[in-house]
Amino acid sequence: MEILSLLADGFGVALTPTNLFLAVVGCFLGTLMGALPGLGPANGVAILIPIAFSLGLDPTGSLILLVSVYYGAMYGGRISSILLNIPGDEPAMMTCLDGFPMAQQGKAGEALSLSGVASFVGAFVATCGLVLLAPQLVKIALLFGPAEYFVLFTVAFATLGGISSTNQAKSAFAAALGLGIAMIGSDSQTGSQRFTFDHVHLYDGIDFLIAIVGLFALSEVFIFLEHHRTNNGVAPKAATVGRIMPDFAMIKRCIPSMARGTGLGFFSGVLPGAGASLGSFLAYSLEKQAVDRDGKTFGKGDPRGVAAPEAGNNAASGGALVPMLALGVPGSGTTAVLLAVLLQLNITPGPLLFTKNPDIVWGLIAALFIANFILLAMNIPLVGIFTRVLMVPTRLLMPIVAMISFVGIYSITGSSFDVMLMVAFGIAGWVLRKLDVSLVPVILGILLGNQMEVNLRRAMTISDGDWLVLVGSPLAIILWMVAIAGFVLPMMMGRRMKKRMESMRDSEEFVGD
Amino acid sequence: MSDRIFGGFGLALAIFYIWAASTIKDSFMVDVVGPRAFPYIVGSIVGLCSVYFIVRPDDEPDWPHMRAFAEIFFAAAVMFAYCVALPEFGFVISTVFATAYLTWRLGTEPLWSLVSGVATSVGIYVVFHLILGLALAEGPLGF
Repeated sequence: MEILSLLADGFGVALTPTNLFLAVVGCFLGTLMGALPGLGPANGVAILIPIAFSLGLDPTGSLILLVSVYYGAMYGGRISSILLNIPGDEPAMMTCLDGFPMAQQGKAGEALSLSGVASFVGAFVATCGLVLLAPQLVKIALLFGPAEYFVLFTVAFATLGGISSTNQAKSAFAAALGLGIAMIGSDSQTGSQRFTFDHVHLYDGIDFLIAIVGLFALSEVFIFLEHHRTNNGVAPKAATVGRIMPDFAMIKRCIPSMARGTGLGFFSGVLPGAGASLGSFLAYSLEKQAVDRDGKTFGKGDPRGVAAPEAGNNAASGGALVPMLALGVPGSGTTAVLLAVLLQLNITPGPLLFTKNPDIVWGLIAALFIANFILLAMNIPLVGIFTRVLMVPTRLLMPIVAMISFVGIYSITGSSFDVMLMVAFGIAGWVLRKLDVSLVPVILGILLGNQMEVNLRRAMTISDGDWLVLVGSPLAIILWMVAIAGFVLPMMMGRRMKKRMESMRDSEEFVGD
Repeated sequence: MSDRIFGGFGLALAIFYIWAASTIKDSFMVDVVGPRAFPYIVGSIVGLCSVYFIVRPDDEPDWPHMRAFAEIFFAAAVMFAYCVALPEFGFVISTVFATAYLTWRLGTEPLWSLVSGVATSVGIYVVFHLILGLALAEGPLGF
């Protein structure tokens, strides 16, 4: 009951006209970015963070705007999967498998509306799950001391490579690189200058927004420059949409698929190191196991093959918010970017957020519910608008994306040194992606580095320099075991998982999920 | 081979990082661990992973041909030049040329690229500066 009254207060915050307007704008922009291949939820939100802050919105307002973009991008990814057979973002990969064949059979409209409904079901149930699960997790998190927090951050980095990672050394390298960058600037505990080499621009450290926009958004532009010759930058011909109204008999037939997809997706979202891509992958492959064991209809335009992964992917994006809000530890690239949003607003997520700023937490959750309904309304009747945007050739679009990244960073820092730093991060991001080093741990390292160090030093101060405090409580020991298992398991099964995912579909290179 | 070069570079970075960490001066405030311990740990992880890359490199990545390399190099150069040009010439003029260059290199006719550059630049200026009120770089002409 207490939860319901808190949620009601949240709706009170989210339902003001300004916030509703921001939610509509966010949903629209998010769907647009999700639909465009190459711009996913992570880089979509990344580009908009500096702009949202330069606009001077209040914390709740900018949070509502940016989470609407996040949910919107998750919805939008399916549009280009179905119409062009190009996933708009990584989690939408699985939707291509049955969505595009449906479109080829002239059922694009049905596929779009069905996947819209499936997205809604997945995201809605996951948001309810967030309401129920996050406060429970907060109760556990309140037992954490500095030592446990330090180990928790270690868990986040150890599991971030994910189950499909093939080279854990590269994940560890990426995380350490991020942590190393976070150390630049003056030390928060003693005020010593570290790694600044007496360079004035480095005294305050490197702003994480510069790194995020450079690594996520600009590296995408470089990847595109490299590949444009193969596809000539001409927009591929999209299938005609056909009737848009959902076919209720078809939706009814897909309800069990959506339910299974939602359950699987939510759990892979909550678990560290899994995320939305794994959610949609599991939902699709288990759905295939469950209803089509001989492979007769799946892959040939079976509506259940569209409903299950779409529900899974959107449920996972809701589930991923549970550890992010309750513990302050994101499990995927996109939630890492949302963490950046909170940190930029001077809000530290974690158990204290729920007790100290319930208005922000519950306003955010209410905004997620509202965004869901707006997106359902936007995605079924208005899907035609978004399909038309797909006709704009990427060769015109990519430079605009680059310029908006520049505008965002320049408007918050006002210094051309910082903008150059962003370009440098963009190039570094391109090289790292070529070498198959994931960028998500780098970002997470930059975001969490200082907190991780502070917790380590606090634990040491309490124990008076005894390093054994890090394994000094049962909770810490359990967390260490999770970290070790999460780091070692992919070494044994990573290659197999990756092969299975790739055999389903040739994966393009994407940032995070 | 790429991974080995990467590993060598990483190792150099780790050594440099640990050296730079050892030069951090203590301030008048002290705690048990001090400001150097965590950077040492981080630097060691970078070093260990780099050694692993040298010993067990992955398969060669799919490097682009020289042309695509040149493409990326020049695009980066144009972006750096853009950063330098921003405070000198202002947002609108710099953006026209930077956008036009990128659009041209992505396969648009030169003249149309210039049109797209002007449209993008003016469009962003109107939406972000005039309507939303963001601070953009001001040149001698005030825009």
